[in-house]
Amino acid sequence: MTTSIIRVCGLHKVFPPDLHVIRGVDLEVQAGEVVVVIGPSGSGKSTFLRCLNFLEDPTLGEIEIDGVTIQAGFLNKKQHEQVRAIRQKMGMVFQSFNLFPHLTALENVIEGPVTVKKAPRSEAIQKGEELLAWVGLSDKRAEFPSRLSGGQQQRVAIARSLAMDPKIMLFDEPTSSLDPELISEVIEVMERLAKEGMTMIVVTHEMHFARDVSQRVIVMDRGVWVEQGPPGQIFTSPREERTRQFLAHIL
Amino acid sequence: MDSTISSASLAAALPDAARQVLAQIQARNRRFFVSVVLVVIGILALLFGVLSLLGMDLGFMYEWLGFLLAGIGYTLLVAVLAISLACIIALFGALGRLSHNPIAYGIATFYVSLIRGTPLLVQVYMWYLALPQIGQALEAVGVPYAASVLTLPAVPAGILALGVCYGAYMTETFRAGIQSITAGQTEAALALGMTHPQVMRRIILPQALRVVIPPIGNEFISMVKDSSLVSLMGVWELSYRATKIGRRYFRSLEMLLVAAAVYWIMCIILQAAQGRLEFRMSRGERKRGQA
Repeated sequence: MTTSIIRVCGLHKVFPPDLHVIRGVDLEVQAGEVVVVIGPSGSGKSTFLRCLNFLEDPTLGEIEIDGVTIQAGFLNKKQHEQVRAIRQKMGMVFQSFNLFPHLTALENVIEGPVTVKKAPRSEAIQKGEELLAWVGLSDKRAEFPSRLSGGQQQRVAIARSLAMDPKIMLFDEPTSSLDPELISEVIEVMERLAKEGMTMIVVTHEMHFARDVSQRVIVMDRGVWVEQGPPGQIFTSPREERTRQFLAHIL
Repeated sequence: MDSTISSASLAAALPDAARQVLAQIQARNRRFFVSVVLVVIGILALLFGVLSLLGMDLGFMYEWLGFLLAGIGYTLLVAVLAISLACIIALFGALGRLSHNPIAYGIATFYVSLIRGTPLLVQVYMWYLALPQIGQALEAVGVPYAASVLTLPAVPAGILALGVCYGAYMTETFRAGIQSITAGQTEAALALGMTHPQVMRRIILPQALRVVIPPIGNEFISMVKDSSLVSLMGVWELSYRATKIGRRYFRSLEMLLVAAAVYWIMCIILQAAQGRLEFRMSRGERKRGQA
């Protein structure tokens, strides 16, 4: 019996005054599972992901990450500390990379461990270099983000998240702002990460990744799950009409 | 102009027609540059012509130049200390203006509104002339030493007046600089688990600083000239010396021109220094071959 590392219960997100973006979703993710969330734009996929690490404060519901439970709502001081704790367990990769432009690739990677975990600099550098090697960018350690291609920047961003030793990785459309020929180098890194047993939730339009790497695909529309299941079932015999319509649009 | 080398090395491979177009572009650029130089020379010649018609005493100007230059010390002292004070105030002011703490936000907003809404001249007199009065009143109700503490000598009063005034304007500059850093930067830092103060210190401020260097340079240049306001309090700085001597010998035109020229040259030097600083601060934004 595996235990779930992520448990979401009755999650709602309302943007003031009354934009109801997430309308009550539940989710359980097992350790090591790779979940892909797909759906039309504006369906709430990104918002859902950002609620998991409280970059958006969910309005109602309960989120449990690796044993830390936070009741959504108006957060008090203690809950803010819990939020920081779960953020350290959960790396996030953004559509627009968001590397720190004033820091080199290596400095970007060690920033989290040094500032947040107070890791000794030499130790952080050693680990940072290993991570840059792992994403295939050892030779770019001293380069600033402005001198890297989009694919390289995104790989540095993945290394930066991994430097915090997260148990979970969230990917928010990691390849959507990349030139087509650069997408595969990022996907390749994500595949390796999945093979190494990382728990991943990925919002993406890369259907190949969903089909080949994920164990579960969730289809989202208008703030709720339309349906979910193994990729084979979702792509070949979807149960819901809305899933069929969405897939017809993108495939 | 920097296309000379590359176009020369390319020349062999280029068709004649293309080479002609490049040459025309280069010639146009050179013509523009030469014309600008000529215009500036023309303006200066015109100025000198008019001034010599007025019967200016160049010997007198030269004679007192050294005396005026001795005032630069005070000018720069006041300007440098005041801009330093202004930067510190502006940093805290900007953090206050962006704060969710009602006290910090309230104080910062009130300060900016009050100071930006009143003339610098009035503020200078407030610090120098009105503050001692407040001190005396306080001492009268029993606050010890209030009168002597609040009676400021001219130079400190000037530095405080300029620093507090510029601090208000620069608060808004700093605030804009901080807000110019995209939300994605904050999100990425928060996602790593940083606290808000850590995000500000490690991620936002280093980037915002680079954004505000040009406006700070701008403020400093304007500060160098506004420092002449301390002459109102009898500080022997550049413009005070110029007006003193000018009045004594009825040669105000000459003295003011010398003073203006000295200010101008100082500001040209400062502009150059600002350019170098901006270049050094642009770490990370520079592209290959620019280093």
